Amino acid sequence: MSSYSITEPSARQKWIAGTLVILYALITMIPLVWILLTGFKSPADAISYPPKVVFEPTLEGYVNLFTTRTRQTPEFLAANPPQTWADEIVRQYDMVIAGPSKFGERFLNSVIIGFGSTFLSIVLGTLAAYAFSRFKIPLKDDLLFFILSTRMMPPIAVAIPIFLMYRQLGLSDTHLGMILLYTAVNISLAVWLLKGFIDEIPREYEEAALIDGYTRFQAFVKVVLPQAATGIASTAIFCLIFAWNEYAFAVLLTTGTAQTAPPFIPTIIGVGGLDWPAIAAAATLFLLPVMIFTILLRKHLLRGITFGAVRK
Amino acid sequence: MAEIVIKDLRKDFGDFTAVQASSFKIEDGEFFMLLGPSGCGKTTTLRMIAGLELPTSGEIWIDGEEVSQKPASARDIAFVFQMFALYPHMNVRKNISYPLVSQGMPRARVREKVAEVARILGIEDILDRPVGGLSGGDRQRVALGRAIVRDPKAFMMDEPLGALDAEFREHMAEELRALHDRMGATTVYVTHDQLEAMQMGDKIVVMNHGVIEQFGTPQDIYDKPATLFVADFIGSPAMNFLKFTGQVEAGAVEVAMHRHRFMIPEMREAFDGDMVFGVRPEHVRLSDAGDFRGEIVASEYLGTTQIVTLKTPGGRLKARIPSDQVARTGETVALGFDPATVTLFDSQSGRALRSDLNEGVLGHG
Repeated sequence: MSSYSITEPSARQKWIAGTLVILYALITMIPLVWILLTGFKSPADAISYPPKVVFEPTLEGYVNLFTTRTRQTPEFLAANPPQTWADEIVRQYDMVIAGPSKFGERFLNSVIIGFGSTFLSIVLGTLAAYAFSRFKIPLKDDLLFFILSTRMMPPIAVAIPIFLMYRQLGLSDTHLGMILLYTAVNISLAVWLLKGFIDEIPREYEEAALIDGYTRFQAFVKVVLPQAATGIASTAIFCLIFAWNEYAFAVLLTTGTAQTAPPFIPTIIGVGGLDWPAIAAAATLFLLPVMIFTILLRKHLLRGITFGAVRK
Repeated sequence: MAEIVIKDLRKDFGDFTAVQASSFKIEDGEFFMLLGPSGCGKTTTLRMIAGLELPTSGEIWIDGEEVSQKPASARDIAFVFQMFALYPHMNVRKNISYPLVSQGMPRARVREKVAEVARILGIEDILDRPVGGLSGGDRQRVALGRAIVRDPKAFMMDEPLGALDAEFREHMAEELRALHDRMGATTVYVTHDQLEAMQMGDKIVVMNHGVIEQFGTPQDIYDKPATLFVADFIGSPAMNFLKFTGQVEAGAVEVAMHRHRFMIPEMREAFDGDMVFGVRPEHVRLSDAGDFRGEIVASEYLGTTQIVTLKTPGGRLKARIPSDQVARTGETVALGFDPATVTLFDSQSGRALRSDLNEGVLGHG
């Protein structure tokens, strides 16, 4: 059997390939599964050694994540029996729920800023990419290089100027400020990726629409956009992942109203002991939106990643 | 339907002139061919008529209206692209109805029109299929359907048969011509295939390097080429060119070439200098007796005729003779030319010299 065989792989080859894929999946999945499990452990189980794989699940981590709690006297506890299942859970530590934590707000901030900046990057990026792809623009190559050059250093290198600028402009700790910042970082990626996708769409489609009586913008919306859906979807995923996971700028520029989840999660680390289940619960919830978004768009993503590999 | 008039049309792309000073007129209902090698400006000319490119200067009149600076959507013409450009995210029915939807036509009327067009083109059974899986011929028909559904003033076609395989091409060419005859629509058709142009066109414009070389009926262009380029480009094998230096007077019916005298159509102008004697292969006759002789170096058998290549004092030339006539390689035979068909060219400029043959045909371009 030749190793350059172009025929259907043999049963043994398939078996080896399958094993490798499963091994790789295990290596990448185990940390995620561990985080997921830890979220449902009690603090004692979470730090027990050897680590527990089988344990009694509890929602303690999630309750701790979403609430603030205070310790109370035995008299107070006796006078106020627990009202809900969440009360029961905190009662075992002689505590009562004092109110909601900030996690909900921070998570919502992440959603607003993450999806907001992704949307803006895609809208601006698609229009710019279309213009670069279709029109004669003076100094086109230089402009494209200039756009790309914003990616040539780590964005955090300009953190101090941005910090000062944002303070002057009153954009510090605002949703708008963070959306603009992430859009600015993502837009070069968006323009370059999308230009590649739009270049691949034959101009004749738009020209046919122009002849058929549509304006340039109508042709763009009705003919180019559906064709570029794959590229837009994969670009959106890349943009969202960056904005969603960004930590350094979020720490530096947000403190309260516009703080996103990444800088908030470490602050959960409690007083008098690390609350691993709560941190794991936060991490689990934090993973979900990007996961759902990626699964919804995965059909497009696969084509997006392999685009250009096959001549159509 | 409409008449299209092109006046002094010019298109520059930076320093490159794609089309210069083109003028011609397309009569109402004509099947009009823009013919030339690739890069000659024929597609640019078509795109300017359609409004996909704006001319640098010049005028385009469609149906009595000057449209050269108007957008494509305002010109009411249809365009069939070489790669068809069917909207890939729509099915056949939607593709065909798309131009009507843009006009805001009521849905019932759209359905009716689409059904009518589908019947004309014989594609009723594929109306609800996605365009992705269609064969080349069906795509071609859908593209035509999208063009004719709107009853536009004129059709533009950019090598519409170029994407089809040879066998099917022939069939589609006939279908296209039949469709044109039935609808009587003014059609401008771009091709680099001279056979296609001759077979389908009412009129042909031959272009080269952005310049119109000749404009006329297929027969005029074939028999009375205005330039060396046209004579060479049209016909397979091409016209024979024998280079010589000499002179002719106006009214001459003979020319001296390589110490032989040849009959020619009566000249209408005098010329002195380097000339080219042009004669089509089918107008070369081989015989036993004669002064001007050539050696047979090759022969190709083509069924009813054969193409014989000869070496003569004036250079190589090809003759198309009946296949039953014996022509052995290595033999030396006498050559004669049908006098009425000979064209003399100015070797320097490539221009055909005026004679009884081409008087009245030249000067169009």
